[in-house]
Amino acid sequence: MAENPQQPQRPRPLSPFLTIYRWPVTMATSITHRVTGVGLALGSVVLAWWLVAIASGPETYAAFNAVAGSWIGLLALFGFTWSLAYHLLNGIRHLAWDTGYGFNVKTADATGWFVIVLSVLLAIGVFAFAYLGHGGTGA
Amino acid sequence: METPLHKVQGLGSSHSGVKHFWRQRMTAAAMVPLAIWFAWSVVGLAGARESDALFYLTRSAFGLPLNAILMGAFIVIALYHMVLGIQVVIDDYVHSSGGKIAWMLFTRAAALAVAAVSLFALFRIAGPV
Repeated sequence: MAENPQQPQRPRPLSPFLTIYRWPVTMATSITHRVTGVGLALGSVVLAWWLVAIASGPETYAAFNAVAGSWIGLLALFGFTWSLAYHLLNGIRHLAWDTGYGFNVKTADATGWFVIVLSVLLAIGVFAFAYLGHGGTGA
Repeated sequence: METPLHKVQGLGSSHSGVKHFWRQRMTAAAMVPLAIWFAWSVVGLAGARESDALFYLTRSAFGLPLNAILMGAFIVIALYHMVLGIQVVIDDYVHSSGGKIAWMLFTRAAALAVAAVSLFALFRIAGPV
């Protein structure tokens, strides 16, 4: 279309972005899946560090444990724990969708809430279990 | 030039068809049991002494350091899954092709580095030396 120099230019219409919607739970779970995925990618560096610390001997390992046991380390570890629980549970939900199950809106909403609640409970449970002295047993 | 056969085989304009989708799902399926094993192991080793972690990773099952092998499999498959996943994020949010290439190269280099360092550490821990 040719521009009309007489008329002031109207902004082109945009497709609505995230901020425009009232969030259904399925939208929240989808975005959280992506965020936890990126978080776990960063966590892989910590895993590599842990393995290097084990391979390098007691001093290096003690240094790792000191960082991991600090409040900021525990906060990060809790974030990784919850992210892993969430990404695993919601990933199973995605695999079910990929094979054609659970697409019904009611079902998708219900499994979304289920994944959110169960991932938080699992993360808290895992932390309580490790914190109450069940860690360090060599599994 | 694209032949109708090429199109119908799913190898359209992206040149790779469903390969990315399929690999993402296969690595995801493999991660389900591996992630459960990983979570179980790491919870057991939370705050553990180095000797406990060493014992766990070198403990022999069927004549092999099974836990070290599973850890290696977990890391390699998780990082491959990560590269595929981050690629989707880059495709969605990075709009210049130069930026896309730069971010993809960075992601892959980082994944390779983490994998190499982790596997080297595992080899030092449980390797046949």
